[in-house]
Amino acid sequence: MSFNLIASTAITASGESISSLLPKIEELLVGIVGFAVLLFILKKFAYPQFEATFQERTAAIEGGIEKAEKAQEQASAALAQYQAQLADARGEASTIRSEAQADRARIVEEARSEATAAAEQVTSRAAAQMEADRLAAKAELSAEVGRIALDLASRVVGEALTDDARARATVDRFIADLESSTQEGTR
Amino acid sequence: MSSAAFALSHNFVAAAGEGFTPPGLGEFIFQPYFSDGTLPWLTKPLVASVFAAVVVMVFFLVGSRQRALVPGRFQFAVESVYTFVRNGIARDVIGHGFEKYVPYLVTAFAFIAVSNLFGVIPGIQFPTLARLGFPLALALFSWAIYLGIGIKRAGFFGYFKSVMFPPGLPVFIYPLLAPIELIQVLLIRPFSLALRLTANMFAGHILLLLFTLGGTYMLFNESVLLKVLAPFALASAVGLTSFEAFIQVLQAYIFTLLSALYIAEAMSEEH
Repeated sequence: MSFNLIASTAITASGESISSLLPKIEELLVGIVGFAVLLFILKKFAYPQFEATFQERTAAIEGGIEKAEKAQEQASAALAQYQAQLADARGEASTIRSEAQADRARIVEEARSEATAAAEQVTSRAAAQMEADRLAAKAELSAEVGRIALDLASRVVGEALTDDARARATVDRFIADLESSTQEGTR
Repeated sequence: MSSAAFALSHNFVAAAGEGFTPPGLGEFIFQPYFSDGTLPWLTKPLVASVFAAVVVMVFFLVGSRQRALVPGRFQFAVESVYTFVRNGIARDVIGHGFEKYVPYLVTAFAFIAVSNLFGVIPGIQFPTLARLGFPLALALFSWAIYLGIGIKRAGFFGYFKSVMFPPGLPVFIYPLLAPIELIQVLLIRPFSLALRLTANMFAGHILLLLFTLGGTYMLFNESVLLKVLAPFALASAVGLTSFEAFIQVLQAYIFTLLSALYIAEAMSEEH
C-alpha cells in the first residue's frame, strides 16, 4: 500500500514536472501584454515627469549657486567700498586732527600775543599813570617846596614875602633852575 | 488538471498518514478560481502578476505627480528607485544615449522586484516569476530590444555578421565561434535571463515552504525530539524569508543589469 502510494506520487510528480516547469501560453500572453501596457503608461505619464523634475531641480540648484555667487560678489564689492570709505574717513579724520592742531597752535599763539599786548598795555598805562602821578606829585611838591622856602626865607629875612609878586617870581625861577639842574644831572 | 488535483489530494493524504511529504512541483500548480470551468486560465499567479503591474503603475504615477523640487518622503522614495536604475544601471552600463532605454529598464526592474517580493508578502506568498511564462515574456522584451538596436544600427546582415564574425580573430576560430555566438544572441541570452529568474524564485519558494511546512510538521509530531527541534526550523524560515527578500531584489537587479549590458553591446560598433 505505502509502496504503491510512493510510486504513484513519484509518477504523478514526474508527470507534473513538465506542466509546472513549462511556460503556460496565457501566462506568457498576460506577461507580454501586461508589461507592455505598464511600460506604455509609465513611459508616457510617469517618467517624463521625473526627468522634468530633475531638470528643474538642477536648474534651481544652479540658479541658487549663481545667486549665491552674485551675492558673494556684491558682498565683496560692498566690503571694498566700505573699506575705501573707511580709509577716506580715516584720512579725513587725520586731516581734521592736524588742522585742529594747527588751529590750536594758532589760537594759543594769538591768545598769547593778545595777552602779551594786553599786559603791555596795562604796563604802559600804569607807567603813564605813574608818570602823571609823579609829575603831579612833583608839581605839588615844588609848589610846596616854594611855599616852604618862602616861609623859611621870610622868616629868615623877617619880612613878609608871601604876597609879593617879585618874591614869587624869584621862587619860580629858583625852582626852574633847580629843575633844569636836576634834569641835566639825570641825563 | 485532474492529475494535478489527484496529486494534491494525494499529497495531503500522504502528509496526514504516512509521514512528511516535502513540498514539490505541485506547489507551483494552481487551480482556476472558478471550479465550474468558466475562465479556466484565471489562476493565482496570473492575478498576482497583474496586481504587481498595478502596484508598480500606481507607485510611479503617484510618485511622479507631485514634482516638488524639494521632495517629500514618498516622492523621494519613488525618485530613488527611478534614479537608481537610471544612473546606477542605465547610465553606467550603456553610457552615451542611455536615456532612451531608461523607461524599459526602470519598468522591468520595478515589475520584477515587486513580483518577486510577492513571494514573501503575507497573503500572496508566491513569487509569480517562478512560473516561467512571466519571466519569458520579460526576457522577450529585452531580446527584441537589443536585437532591434543591433539590426537598426548595422542592418540585418550587418548585425549578425558583427555578432558571428567579430573582426581581429584568427580565421580558423570562426567556424567554431560563429554558431556559438549566433545561438548565444538568439536563444541563450533570453532563456538564461528567464530561467535565472524562474529558477531562483522557484528554489527560494521551495526552501521557504520546506522550512515552514517541515517546522509545522515537526511541531505537531508525536516525537519529542522533533517537537524540540521544530522552533529552530521555524526560526530558520523567518531568517530565510529576509534572505529571500534580498535575493528577490537582487535578481531584479541582475535581470536589469544584464539587459542593459546586452543593449550596450548591441549599441556599440565593435562586438
